[in-house]
Amino acid sequence: MTADPSMQGDRLGAGADSGADTGIGLSSRARDGVGASPRRPDGTLKAAGEFAFSSDMWMEDMLWGMTLRSPHPHARIRSVDVSAALAVPGVHAVLTHEDVPGEKHYGLETRDQPVLAFGKVRYKGEPVAIAAADHPETARRALERVQVDYEVLEPVADARRAAFDPDCPPVHEQRVGSHPEHGTAANIVRHQPVRTGAFAGGAEVAELRGQAAAVVTGEYEVGMQDQAFLGPESGLAVPAPDGGVDLYIATQWLHVDQNQIAPCLGLDQDRVRMTLAGVGGAFGAREDLSMQIHACMLALRTGRPVKFVYNREESFFGHVHRHPATMRFEHGADAEGRLLYAVLEIVLDGGAYASTTGAVVGVASSLGAGPYEIPHVSIDAYGVYTTNPPCGAMRGFGAVQACFGYESQMDRLAAELDLHPVELRMRNAVGQGSRIATGQRIDMPLPMAEMLERARAMPLPAGRGELEGPADPRTLPGGVAGTSRGEGVVRGIGYGVGLKNLCFSETFDDYSTARVRLEVVGGEPAVLVHTAAAEVGQGLVTLQAQIARTELGVDRATIHPADTSVGSAGSSSASRQSYVTGGAVKSACEAVRARLFALARERGLVEPDHPEDGLALEGGTVVSARHGVLAPLADVLGEAAVEETRVFRHRPTRMLDPTTGQGDSHVQFGMCVHRAVVDVDVELGLVKVVALDAVQDVGRAMHPQQLLGQIQGGSAQGLGLALMEEVQVADSVIRNPSFTDYLIPTVLDTPPMRIEVLEHADPHAPYGLRGAGEPPTLSSTPAIVAAVRDATGRGLTHAPVRPEDIVGIGL
Amino acid sequence: MRVEFTVNGEDVAAEDVWPGESLLYVLRERLGLPGSKNACEQGECGSCTVYLDGVTVCACMVAAGQARGRRVGTVEGLTGGEGAVGESRLSTVQEAFVETGAVQCGFCTPGLVVQADSLIARTVGAGGPAPGDAEIREALAGNLCRCTGYEKILEAVRTAAEREQAHGTGGAR
Repeated sequence: MTADPSMQGDRLGAGADSGADTGIGLSSRARDGVGASPRRPDGTLKAAGEFAFSSDMWMEDMLWGMTLRSPHPHARIRSVDVSAALAVPGVHAVLTHEDVPGEKHYGLETRDQPVLAFGKVRYKGEPVAIAAADHPETARRALERVQVDYEVLEPVADARRAAFDPDCPPVHEQRVGSHPEHGTAANIVRHQPVRTGAFAGGAEVAELRGQAAAVVTGEYEVGMQDQAFLGPESGLAVPAPDGGVDLYIATQWLHVDQNQIAPCLGLDQDRVRMTLAGVGGAFGAREDLSMQIHACMLALRTGRPVKFVYNREESFFGHVHRHPATMRFEHGADAEGRLLYAVLEIVLDGGAYASTTGAVVGVASSLGAGPYEIPHVSIDAYGVYTTNPPCGAMRGFGAVQACFGYESQMDRLAAELDLHPVELRMRNAVGQGSRIATGQRIDMPLPMAEMLERARAMPLPAGRGELEGPADPRTLPGGVAGTSRGEGVVRGIGYGVGLKNLCFSETFDDYSTARVRLEVVGGEPAVLVHTAAAEVGQGLVTLQAQIARTELGVDRATIHPADTSVGSAGSSSASRQSYVTGGAVKSACEAVRARLFALARERGLVEPDHPEDGLALEGGTVVSARHGVLAPLADVLGEAAVEETRVFRHRPTRMLDPTTGQGDSHVQFGMCVHRAVVDVDVELGLVKVVALDAVQDVGRAMHPQQLLGQIQGGSAQGLGLALMEEVQVADSVIRNPSFTDYLIPTVLDTPPMRIEVLEHADPHAPYGLRGAGEPPTLSSTPAIVAAVRDATGRGLTHAPVRPEDIVGIGL
Repeated sequence: MRVEFTVNGEDVAAEDVWPGESLLYVLRERLGLPGSKNACEQGECGSCTVYLDGVTVCACMVAAGQARGRRVGTVEGLTGGEGAVGESRLSTVQEAFVETGAVQCGFCTPGLVVQADSLIARTVGAGGPAPGDAEIREALAGNLCRCTGYEKILEAVRTAAEREQAHGTGGAR
């Protein structure tokens, strides 16, 4: 290894110059403000084991909730009898769909998912009944006594058949709440075409194929990935004297939960009060409801607090996964490697309920052609209903699947034309001013070519031959198992680039709300920031405090617990919270600042001849450019508290046209470039990732240390998808619902990761920042698979790559 | 059944324990010590790592009855009394985790700091050299983290080992 990336500490790579490129100034040079790397405010509690996660909550008289789930992926329910369960001593309630007080269905985009199954079950693991008891084991044993009479039906397990075979039985007898323009076939949630160039005029692919010097076609598959957060689904519902309920819960978006829970409970929204409990990771898996309504129903029925905690096996059934995809891609290029056309078909298996499938299709179609300029594009992306486990949000959201397809194609095209993979990508790279396949112009810096050059120029780890002495088996494929001493080990290098939309797209009213209060506490000015934004581990609490310090020039900033007593902050998804909640906090701080200046004038602390725009807040004082410090904030405020609430919205977006796929559907674009170096034991099919280096443009590094953690963490999740992570589903049944059989990368699987961060400001965004969490998850997967192809010479069309694919005995 | 053992040096007793309960359940739900985490309860993730008679184990894989009469050390035992701002005073390892950015969601953190504490105790704390990266990786291989990609965790353990080496004995147990 030529350099130890871990020694970089918080220094960013060569491109980062603490905002030098951004051209966007900061309001003050506050200590621990924007651009610094202060400690996270919850860090001490978390390291001490004292942070209250949702599964840690406890009340003296609480009961334990438990869920009975369908053993069949597809069955008619003839009857449910809970009487034997109710007779178990220690059981306080056993409820079925008949006990749902209000609406029987919920859902993020389409309310098609039953709170508790009735009529039919559509996936294995669907909740059928719930119980509350004085011990979790009592509840489990009671649920074993529930008699459910099922008429088992044939599963609808094949997504392509569900999409295209008119004889395939419908998963839903009645389509619920979907847009007719997104397709009317029984099992299609959304079909989104995109047509540009000659394809917009109805041209056939054969006409373009004839003009191309090189044509590559490929079929690719991306397996179902699990978010595998470590903190299981859990929460505590407490019945309130007013007939409402207080719910303490780990989620990604309190208000969207509240919007779904209240109607099902038959309660007004203000009687379902929610507080964010400690969240042990999310990655998309907490966008949909899990046990929220169940816990509230049992608490309201028993009059006692009810706690739910899923175990790991149940967690695999308790949340949506990343959509598995099958993709058929064709690309044509001229002799110089300039892309001429692309014809892409992407089928995404949404499983039993819609969840966010519609939006995932919107992303997969709009970004299906990737970050490349292609004159003629035809894309058809489909999201379908099957009786497989429901799929929805996971980090990268539709862009991950497409990226594996188009990057695999770029490598094949480069090989066909005898070009370096980086050279081929540079010849077709988008940049500021380019249009993606939807016609949307990239109106912010996007230095893809520079990023590719930087990735290629990064130092390479030492080759095996350059090392002295015999190889330490721990550094070889097979690792501590000692399966090789270096024989049969071949090195490979691969590249990947990914383009991701950041913030919610397609007309979503994607706002956030922040309440900021400034007052004197113990003689010092102190800021309290209150939002409903979910801290899921990403460090948003740190960022909110940094923004408050920078905008108000004070040291002390505290974050109020997130709850529904303040307006919605939107979801901790789509890499959007730094932008949107960051923007809301900034905006509320600006309003507080304006009121402070007015207060200072009223109190005669600022001379009338000082124009207001010359004033600033620095170091707990009001200062002016001409006269320096005018007054301490403590004097301006006195006993008063200044509080302002502001809503922040990013610019509006449009729906994709349902037939042409044209439209400015996205807010912002993010990009990451990866270079992977792997050693492959070609005899045993084992892979060791030696290095996984990345270049990412983030607009502005708000907190460099946390930023690197996001990029490295996202890269590792992409590594998992490249080499080991797949929820194995056969006949609609998950075969590996455990961490024994579903493997995520350990510290032995994860290599050193050198990260170069660029800061080309997005002029539309607060501080010029760009969401950073998702892009690395796109590009690391294809880079690693490309490196394995480079080492083995095999085609490798399935992510994750399996040992049998490497040794060539694939099924 | 009744189960008596010591936790972090204090005698404790849990009443009415169902024989199927794990040490993890008893710590979390009966003794008010939820610091050890319930991420997989299958012995795969290390989030519930505790000391049992000085050796690290997954508390989810130990039946409560197996702990009878033995010494248990949890993450709560690593901290030393009240710190400056009313929070617990962190150990060298815990401090390094916060400082280097090794804590994101924090669910894996308690298990990792106990495991890292043990590594430092048996290397630097036993008068040996600070562990190298390969040794650190091997020691932490049973502790899953889904957020960080492990780079900051390695940095935290290196930092803590160096500090323990500079300041004397390493590790809590």
